[in-house]
Amino acid sequence: MTAPSTGLTAPPELVQLLTPEGERIEHPDYEIDLTADEVRSLYRDLVLVRRIDLEAVALQRQGELGLWASLLGQEAAQVGSGRALTDVDMAFPTYREHGVAWVRGVDPVNLLGLFRGVNHGGWDPYEHNFHLYSIVIGTQTLHAVGYAMGIQRDGAEAASIVYFGDGATSQGDVNEAFIWASVFNAPVVFFCQNNQWAISEPLEKQSRIPLYKRASGFGFPGVRVDGNDVFACLAVTRKALADARAGQGPTMVEAFTYRMGAHTTSDDPTRYRVADELEAWKLKDPIERVKAYLFRSDLADQAFFDQIDAEADALGKELRRSCLALPDPAPEALFEHVYAEPHALMAEEREQYLSYLAGFER
Amino acid sequence: MTVLTLAKALNEGLRAAMDADPKVLVMGEDVGKLGGVFRVTDGLQKDFGEDRVIDTPLAESGIIGTAIGLALRGYRPVCEIQFDGFVFPAADQIITQLAKMPLRSLGKLKLPVVVRIPCGGGIGAVEHHSESPEAYFTHTAGLRVVACSNPVDAYTMIQDAVRCDDPIVFFEPKRRYWDKADVELGAPGLPLGKAKVVRSGNDVTLLAYGPMVKTCLESAAVAEEDGRSVEVIDLRSLSPLDMGVIAESVNRTGRCVVVHEAPVFTGLGGELAARISETCFFRLESPVIRVGGFSTPYPPSRLEEHYLPDLDRVLDAVDRVLAY
Repeated sequence: MTAPSTGLTAPPELVQLLTPEGERIEHPDYEIDLTADEVRSLYRDLVLVRRIDLEAVALQRQGELGLWASLLGQEAAQVGSGRALTDVDMAFPTYREHGVAWVRGVDPVNLLGLFRGVNHGGWDPYEHNFHLYSIVIGTQTLHAVGYAMGIQRDGAEAASIVYFGDGATSQGDVNEAFIWASVFNAPVVFFCQNNQWAISEPLEKQSRIPLYKRASGFGFPGVRVDGNDVFACLAVTRKALADARAGQGPTMVEAFTYRMGAHTTSDDPTRYRVADELEAWKLKDPIERVKAYLFRSDLADQAFFDQIDAEADALGKELRRSCLALPDPAPEALFEHVYAEPHALMAEEREQYLSYLAGFER
Repeated sequence: MTVLTLAKALNEGLRAAMDADPKVLVMGEDVGKLGGVFRVTDGLQKDFGEDRVIDTPLAESGIIGTAIGLALRGYRPVCEIQFDGFVFPAADQIITQLAKMPLRSLGKLKLPVVVRIPCGGGIGAVEHHSESPEAYFTHTAGLRVVACSNPVDAYTMIQDAVRCDDPIVFFEPKRRYWDKADVELGAPGLPLGKAKVVRSGNDVTLLAYGPMVKTCLESAAVAEEDGRSVEVIDLRSLSPLDMGVIAESVNRTGRCVVVHEAPVFTGLGGELAARISETCFFRLESPVIRVGGFSTPYPPSRLEEHYLPDLDRVLDAVDRVLAY
């Protein structure tokens, strides 16, 4: 027995500012006024992010990464929401937010460490206000809310944003995060990328109502945005962040999108979904519509697109080079950074193991 | 010197920690106006305000998860889990996030979060209110685990725990909350990771922590009447262990009994026995014997006197190690 499907067709309440055909449309609640440079820059980010992702998939196929979680199809949701953040805002990602990492300024090679197995993350979350990837589903939503409570206590004008998927909305932590954010009026934006699939489980296994409607039950606004429309994602997230910074509390944004690839490189989506679905979503591709808009509005010529493609190729090449250059950690790295302060057992085990290893060198 | 109960000593310690550092927060269920069900946080919200002493929604994972977020913003949260048996909804946040995030960041993040847990039985409580879950946490890399046994230690250990940059699970022996002792406010204590010889002796070493320290001291006093000189060590730190103090004692006495309320099977006593056999092998006169809870769920309270180690069970173990 299953509840009725929310289906592929976007319902009327979806916020959209750029149609899949690349036509700019208006929305009464969300305005956006982008310069030609800004639109071109958004396009550039979308293309580069897709290229990073494709290169990482290729690296995994060639045995250079143990795993990769592809963001294919979700570029607009990530670039649009990520570009809405200011320097003082803090982002809490899942393991799929490579596009948000890119727009925050994180060097993409940093994202490969955990997928290659040389570390569990390792970048400095404060350098670009982009937290470490969280693998246990939904745990990071509570961290984002706690961080937002810290912002409140600092009297700062900032917000946190937390990324999670449709599957995560079933987690207890996510529901607790909603409650905490609501009760404490925390400056946090819940950015849910509903990509329709939690590995093999479609949305109707998680919810019988549209996800954004959950928010009203917790006492804060929820809005569904076309997750493949970078303009709409930017506009909606900007407003949600501005509201949060202004003391109006949390907002849930449901970015209605589609995971065009597998859950991860270990997954085989042909076992649980039909090819027609993917074909239908390809017509809503997040990059093609911006390209069509740029052409249609005479904001870019072929030379621009060629230049971006060349930049993407160079980025892919550099990512491959830097991935292969990632050094394997030394054995003593096992015992480093487990504790911040000196720890007798770490010291003892480290000494014993290094002494054991040294025995092979004699 | 001031005579304080263990609960009040914790309260004074928390108060001193909050006075010393404005980033220190207290959070948990009923910790505000009520002052906690054991009154450990009594009066703190009145004095430090609702922003620093936070009555949280009733969800333990939320308490630890948001404490992590606050720590990431530079705060030092002290979380109260109301009872030992209620920590499990928070186990995911403690084990997969709090304990692991510093390594995940290669040391760029510190998570100075204290998780206070009233533990142990002996108060005639209903199910889930009398447990000793320390082994779950000592088995988790990335956590420090400590247990206080008396008001003097409670006062300094809670302050040291708050100052420590690592996440700490802090066990409080709930049946000893009302025990009293002279506490010198403002005085420093033994460092957090140190074990302490609380009674000197030459024939047998008793290792205990939390609520069982008092039981062992009482047992040692009775044993002395029989002419047996029993040393008692309060471990204080359960992870890491202060093996130096332990080995020095067992090498001297040659006999050791470990006492805890938690089930003996795969409990902390097993780790202690193994380590003692490795470090004191040639000086041991008998096997290390463990006295603890049975491998049953914690029983209904009318049975708990059979489940909990008491003076007679400790003395029986002392007899057995001396019989070798």
